[in-house]
Amino acid sequence: RDSRQTDIKYLSGWKKWKRASSKSLKKILSEAKGLSSYVVLWRHDIHIIEGRFGTAIQSYFSFLRFLVLLNFIIFILMFSFVTLPTIISDYGIFNSTIAKISSKNIEYNCTIYEPNGNKGLIYFYTYLQDLLTGTGFLEVTSLFYGYYTADAVWISIMRYNLPLAYLLAAFACLALSLLWIIKRSVGGFKQSLVHDADPFQSYCNKVFAGWDFCITDPDAAQLKHRSLKYELQMDLEEERLKQKIADRTIKERLRIYSLRIFINIIVIAILSGCFYSIYRVTVFSQEKSSDISSTNFQANLFVQYLPSIVITLANFIGPQIFSFLIRYEEYLPAFEIILTLMRCVFLRLANIGVLLFSLWSQISDCATDKCEPCGYNYKLYPCWESDVGREMYKLMIFDFLIILAFTLFVDFPRKLLVTHCSCKIVQWFGLQEFNISDNVLEIIYGQTICWIGTFFSPLLPAIATVKYFIIFYVKKISLIHTRKTADKPIRASSSKFLFLAVLLIGLVLAFIPVGVSIASIPSSKACGPFRNFNTSWEVVPDTILEFPRGLQQVLFGIASEAFAVPFFIVVCLIMFYFIALAGAHKQVVDQLKEQLVLDGRDKRFLVQKIAEAQRH
Amino acid sequence: ELTFLSKREILLAYKRFSELLPKEERENARTRRVPKSHILTLPELRANPFQHRICHVFSTSEAGDDSMSFEDFLDMLSVFSDSATSDIKSHYAFRIFDFDNDGTLDRKDLEQLVNCLTGQGEESRLSSMEMEQLIQNILEESDIDKDGTINLSEFQHVVSRSPDFASSFKIVL
Repeated sequence: RDSRQTDIKYLSGWKKWKRASSKSLKKILSEAKGLSSYVVLWRHDIHIIEGRFGTAIQSYFSFLRFLVLLNFIIFILMFSFVTLPTIISDYGIFNSTIAKISSKNIEYNCTIYEPNGNKGLIYFYTYLQDLLTGTGFLEVTSLFYGYYTADAVWISIMRYNLPLAYLLAAFACLALSLLWIIKRSVGGFKQSLVHDADPFQSYCNKVFAGWDFCITDPDAAQLKHRSLKYELQMDLEEERLKQKIADRTIKERLRIYSLRIFINIIVIAILSGCFYSIYRVTVFSQEKSSDISSTNFQANLFVQYLPSIVITLANFIGPQIFSFLIRYEEYLPAFEIILTLMRCVFLRLANIGVLLFSLWSQISDCATDKCEPCGYNYKLYPCWESDVGREMYKLMIFDFLIILAFTLFVDFPRKLLVTHCSCKIVQWFGLQEFNISDNVLEIIYGQTICWIGTFFSPLLPAIATVKYFIIFYVKKISLIHTRKTADKPIRASSSKFLFLAVLLIGLVLAFIPVGVSIASIPSSKACGPFRNFNTSWEVVPDTILEFPRGLQQVLFGIASEAFAVPFFIVVCLIMFYFIALAGAHKQVVDQLKEQLVLDGRDKRFLVQKIAEAQRH
Repeated sequence: ELTFLSKREILLAYKRFSELLPKEERENARTRRVPKSHILTLPELRANPFQHRICHVFSTSEAGDDSMSFEDFLDMLSVFSDSATSDIKSHYAFRIFDFDNDGTLDRKDLEQLVNCLTGQGEESRLSSMEMEQLIQNILEESDIDKDGTINLSEFQHVVSRSPDFASSFKIVL
């Protein structure tokens, strides 16, 4: 401050003004930041959780909050561009009408679609069944694709191209999610890259500078003690393991590698078993559910939910088996965690993929002329997009119910049992720890379902928002009342980036089914905005053909090879440039590190001299 | 000029110090000494595992009872403030970590230091094998003249290259 004040005397008037204005701007920005932090959702709750349980668990809850916001924004997007115009024109507000262009050359049989929207007197439980399975009265609401059977919406004199809007809104949702996730993960990526290099003084750093003297709360102090102890123990164990690995003889290495190959084969066998069972169950459930005449409520519900039940079972048993097997593979602890996580991620996401694949094999089952006129199995699936949307809806509801059921019927009784019953076996079980990776995979699984289902069921993001909102409070209450504080605090910095990376994998996986169904499976002719097109994607080329000639030529030019190949080459060049730049920076960093070591050696030499001189 | 604290911080320190004294003695707080037990009720020191060492190092009491006068208190806050140089901080850190006050950090000091870090109580200590391994690693990294102890220059050298030291060795009222 002193040096600045002396500088000010010598500065000219212009520079003085600049400095004063930048100071006041900084002040305004920091005050705005302070105010905006009040608006953030659940700021206080997450702060409390951080204080009591540490940063890793807090990162789970802020991840949950991010998903709530993301789903809410996606919902607003889909609602305002797709649902709102349809609803407005349905009720005739603003002089709006729907234009349904009758199809030109489509077989009559393909357009028969009669959803049984519950006419007449029905039992109450049918409502419940419909709510849980998305059939009946829900099928004809704006929840599913089948409601949007309009080719254009006229609002006063404007023509609103609903099919194009539907397609573009779905793409925009996915693109928005991608951009937002990437933006969030860039910060974490930079951090993990910087801290990744192992400093050559890690023990001294942890011991001499490990205690944060700013801690005033005894609970936080306890947490810090535990985390320091765990970090030191982990580092020591890793060093011991590395030593052991280096000491392995050839015979031992052969044994370990063959054991690892064997265990990987077991893992693959388990995965294939899960996939096959999901495929069979989905086919069975689809066949049985088309048989509407069965009125036994429970059996019908059970058959409808069979795929979800099997997937949830697989998602539950699989990780347990994986964490049991990985102990025999004798990897370093950090690598163990990552490998188990990768296997569980693959299991969960591939389960959804298998479900969708089996659905499609049913829909495009063209074995015995079943789909002759329309290109898809029109008898069983007159409106197949609604069916896919229904499966996603069922998965989501079931996932939500399972989380609630687990918390109510497993966590709370366990806590009651542990606090009131003092027999040994119960105490040995103890309270459950909050397993972060399992919980994170759960919500990523739910989010992937939501992304896949957004195209087929535009209001699904709204359900996802409400679901995650409720899950936040459920998990928070369960955490505070039934979980013990973890004995093993986890490194928080890498977790944030890891969660977002896995979420990104889920998003990429969600792109694939949506892309395939838009581009290659013929859209259903009986319902939906794409009745007059062969596939859903065709609406885009059709719209482009209506543009003025100049614009058309430009767009065709961009899509042609003459443009794509040079563009691709330029992008590759830019990428190589950045890779080279990153390599050069890394080299500089290495050189600086070496210089530090040399400096240290010089200093050591001098200190030795001083010590010698002191001795004499 | 004598401390690294600003005027505002000194006034705040004076206010907090006089709150530690019983009411009748608050008038001449500048000359009174506050017993160690009162100092340890400060929230900033309450949860600190090095609280006793801090009081001992900064206390200039001839009676050896670790009581602190206002000047001692200011001294302590100045060393722990944001604007103190890294040299001063590492000097005092060395004195705080030197549990037996012999001018070097030997194995016993390091053992006590690690026990302070991992928490009070039997179950929160490292096993003796882990402790051995840890102390071996620390000495390998910092003991330059290989005499089995860390003297002041070695300590300052090691701490100067530690990225977290400046931000963790800080107390702000």
